[in-house]
Amino acid sequence: MTRLGYAALATLAAIALLAVAGPLVWTIAPEATNPAQGLLGPSAAHPLGTDELGRDVLSRLLHGSRVTLVVGIAAMLAALLLGVIVGALAGFNGGWVDALLMRFTDGMLAVPAFFFVLVVITVLDKGISTLVFVIGALSWMPVARVVYGETLRWKTAEFVVAATSLGVPGPRLLMRHILPQAIPSLVVSATLGVAFAILTESALSYLGFGVQAPLPSLGNMLQRAQVYVFTAPALAIYPGIAITAVVLAFNFLGDGLRDALDPRRRR
Amino acid sequence: MIVFASALTFFFVNLAPGGPGSVMRFDVDAQQREALIKRMGLDRPVEQRYAEWVGGAVRGDLGTSLLTDEPVSQRVGERLPNTLTLAGAALVLSIALGIPIGLIQALRRGSPLDHILSLLSAIGLSVPVFWLGIVLILLFAVSLRVLPSAGVTAIATDTPFDRLRHLVLPAVVLASTVLPTVVRFMRSAAIEVLHEDYIRTAAAKGLAPRVVLLRHVLRNALIPVVSAIGALVPRLLGGTVVTEAVFSWPGLGRLALEAAQGRDYPLITGLTVVVAAIAVTTSLLVDLAYTRIDPRIRIA
Repeated sequence: MTRLGYAALATLAAIALLAVAGPLVWTIAPEATNPAQGLLGPSAAHPLGTDELGRDVLSRLLHGSRVTLVVGIAAMLAALLLGVIVGALAGFNGGWVDALLMRFTDGMLAVPAFFFVLVVITVLDKGISTLVFVIGALSWMPVARVVYGETLRWKTAEFVVAATSLGVPGPRLLMRHILPQAIPSLVVSATLGVAFAILTESALSYLGFGVQAPLPSLGNMLQRAQVYVFTAPALAIYPGIAITAVVLAFNFLGDGLRDALDPRRRR
Repeated sequence: MIVFASALTFFFVNLAPGGPGSVMRFDVDAQQREALIKRMGLDRPVEQRYAEWVGGAVRGDLGTSLLTDEPVSQRVGERLPNTLTLAGAALVLSIALGIPIGLIQALRRGSPLDHILSLLSAIGLSVPVFWLGIVLILLFAVSLRVLPSAGVTAIATDTPFDRLRHLVLPAVVLASTVLPTVVRFMRSAAIEVLHEDYIRTAAAKGLAPRVVLLRHVLRNALIPVVSAIGALVPRLLGGTVVTEAVFSWPGLGRLALEAAQGRDYPLITGLTVVVAAIAVTTSLLVDLAYTRIDPRIRIA
């Protein structure tokens, strides 16, 4: 893997450590309000100051990173599951199943996703599980295409044909012989998928449709920050830098893994 | 495609647990409930309602907004020009900047300039759109006070120049959603073309470097880039939701937010279908542009 990839991995490890262990060390509750102490600058008690309700910004950042990472990873897993099912069924079965599923995939890619998200959120209740479902339902298409391509490619490989002639049943053929070949590509897709999921989570939470207060996420911390951008610009800066750093690290890690796992695409 | 989007949206909205069917749980008396059901046509099966809706839609009738009682087509029509201006400006900006930047990177491959520009594209892909908007507002509207932070125009001074000033920040922010991808595609396409034999031939027969670059490298490299741009249009349109929210831009994106917040089912359904139609039309235009660039492709 490239040096950039290792740097990204180290950054992610550090961020994950902060998100997991940070709240154990810095024990001020992220929901604890204190209106008398609102919009304070940095001090010993609040190293990054307080927000408009007097909540500790450092604590909210640590807890918010935790929520954002969990949502991002869960949404990626949902997208991965959906994508693998659709791609593998279409590629393995061929025929009308293939045509139907892959046209559906193309269709989903052509619908401006964010409008469709709003449609879904209009009719479902706001909350973490809806959020994970929505982001997953929005981002499985690239995974499906990757798995579809790999399935088509390996379906006719000699070892698969040999297994078929030995009487290995279809589902087992798919699970044991074909899908494992797609794992390197899936690892790359999954890594880039987390980056996409975190960006989507933050945008939805910023708009008020994602993680709901009082639970902090890096996105919903920015929701109110814009109102106070004239008086307390720092409130808008910290969460934004945190999101950018996490997403950048996942993107670099994904690129690094692609170069390492897939020599054909090495530039 | 448009049919697909409309069916997907319509059935999802109407069959989901929080859909219009939830009037059954509204805190109203039996008479009011009866009136609501009548008005929204919920006394008929969903396939029949979809058929009626499509019948209206092809004649330009997308139903009536629940919140304001205005026709959906009217509300969408009012906002459409603003969104088209914003998305168009962002698209032009992405193409006008992305193609030269990608080309320069390909020509100076491996140079410090190439690395810096690649890093900038990577950051561009990782920055949340809305946060970039907030930062630019901080910089240009709050600190430097050179550009306005919200709206299409100031109320007092509605001149073309003023409208342009209001367009700058939102267009730049929206462009940031697709510009890095355009740059990346252009860079790798140009690198590939530069290795082709015909480029060496063209240079060897003594063509001026400028002619080789414009007529041979650029033209051939554009082919994959144009199809990539076509695929980016849905992303660009999706980005209008967040961009319009940050800059209080009265377009379709903000209308969609209002509709989602107010649970205005007819409005969100009609709106999504219109946006999908725009995306499909644009892709079609891009495909047509394809045949202009690549004479090998002929419309059958």
